[in-house]
Amino acid sequence: MSKRLLLDRDSVPRLPRHAKLRFDRARDCWIINAPERVFELDAIAGEVIQLVDGTRTLAVLVDELATKYDQAPRADIERDVTAMLQNLADKGFVIA
Amino acid sequence: MIDQAEAPANAQTECAAATGTSDSRNRLIPYAVLCELTHRCPLQCPYCSNPVELERASREIDTDAWKSVLSQAVDMGILQAHFSGGEPTVRKDLEEMVEHASKAGLYTNLITSGVLLTPARLDRLREAGLDHVQVSFQDTESENADRIAGFRGHAKKQEAARMVRAADLPLTVNAVMHRQNLHHLEDMIAMAVELDAERLEVAQVQYYGWALKNRQAFLPTRDQLDEATRIVEEARVRLKGILAIDYVVPDYYARRPKSCMGGWGRQFLNITPAGKVLPCHAAESLDFLEFENVTERPLAWIWEHSSAFNRFRGTDWMPEPCRSCDRREIDWGGCRCQAFALTGDPDTTDPACEFAPQRHVLEMPIGEAGGEIPEFVYRRIGNG
Ligand SMILES: C[S@@+](CC[C@H](N)C(=O)[O-])C[C@H]1O[C@@H](n2cnc3c(N)ncnc32)[C@H](O)[C@@H]1O
Ligand code: SF4
Ligand code: SF4
Repeated sequence: MSKRLLLDRDSVPRLPRHAKLRFDRARDCWIINAPERVFELDAIAGEVIQLVDGTRTLAVLVDELATKYDQAPRADIERDVTAMLQNLADKGFVIA
Repeated sequence: MIDQAEAPANAQTECAAATGTSDSRNRLIPYAVLCELTHRCPLQCPYCSNPVELERASREIDTDAWKSVLSQAVDMGILQAHFSGGEPTVRKDLEEMVEHASKAGLYTNLITSGVLLTPARLDRLREAGLDHVQVSFQDTESENADRIAGFRGHAKKQEAARMVRAADLPLTVNAVMHRQNLHHLEDMIAMAVELDAERLEVAQVQYYGWALKNRQAFLPTRDQLDEATRIVEEARVRLKGILAIDYVVPDYYARRPKSCMGGWGRQFLNITPAGKVLPCHAAESLDFLEFENVTERPLAWIWEHSSAFNRFRGTDWMPEPCRSCDRREIDWGGCRCQAFALTGDPDTTDPACEFAPQRHVLEMPIGEAGGEIPEFVYRRIGNG
């Protein structure tokens, strides 16, 4: 890696090899395992992260969430999802 | 929206303020197990956090005992297994254990000096499901690095780090920093970038085990430390999204103690080469505690019921000022091993806290920091 990844609507985000997503039955939530860290995701973050699989652009990902949660404005979803994934990208837990 | 608890999984990581999760019966679920496969090691780092009483090879538990531990860990809700030591790659059955852990669903991390790694072995480890490798460095400059390690290994370590990336495994560079190498911190950060590491752990020496014996040779001055903090903060901004930097400061200069292990018996188990189960890797220094062995009891029982795990669990054991302090469930009163080593009283507030009644014990070492540099006491059997 040599430069900072900035996510935009055309980015295709995925998890890097060192970050492993799985559902944890003991804690009843989605988690990301990473070196020396465990991220326990809340229900919404868990929904988002399951779509972060290297097949969808950020725009498509937001569309899918907007269809599912049609009470929230798409712009709000886009803002929140981008912020969440950019935060994970800055820590090296999302790549594109 | 991002409401993740970040839980630390290793002693050398600065602990996030996670209080841990509990299951439906209100039992704490640990996050990680650190498997110290052996105390054998070709290096002799005088800061080594291993106990001064090193375990001999003849006392090591066998492959099946480790596999059983790993299976039990999964059943308990543990998420990560760290393979460390000593030098874990000394064990020829490492691949077998990694494969067992990985198949059972654990995130697997190898913590190594790197000097014994070969490309073929890394391939086998990757095929066994290894998720991550952490390679430690003594310095960026080979002469000083080899002098600190008591072993000619620096060049080999750099090669090992490159092999890790060539095998397409994620890499953390671990750099234990102190007064005898802090002047190379910028080079260390540059080296981590050059080696294509995802992550750099800048760990200032923590003073237990061999490090406590060599404290004066390692403890930096306040000025050195402030300069290091400035360098790390600047690099973090500059390298955002390129290299993640974890930074652990020596808590002698802190106002509050670190949340050691995220709290005693809350998140973490450490298993010694002989199979003893400890709440942290330095806990054997608390010589009045009795530790259970995985060859004699189920791991879940030890976690839940053993006297050692319950001795400092939660807040009931706490004296004042911790007992009525609003940080008691943030730092859990600091490090028990440090409190005991520095004051002789395992129940007192960690002197790294500015409210500690025995805070004054830090005055002497801090006063001597920057003075004459004594010879190292190298880590090897019989040198304790
Ligand atoms: C005890 S070593 C065992 C694994 C392997 N031999 C190695 O050195 O990488 C585990 C990790 O702890 C680090 N370490 C050892 N002693 C330490 C200390 N006193 N303070 C902080 N980190 C320490 C090492 O650099 C290494 O990353
Ligand atoms: S810290 Fe050094 S001496 Fe200790 S186990 Fe690791 S390489 Fe060996
Ligand atoms: S008094 Fe105890 S609980 Fe309060 S900050 Fe100090 S060590 Fe932590």
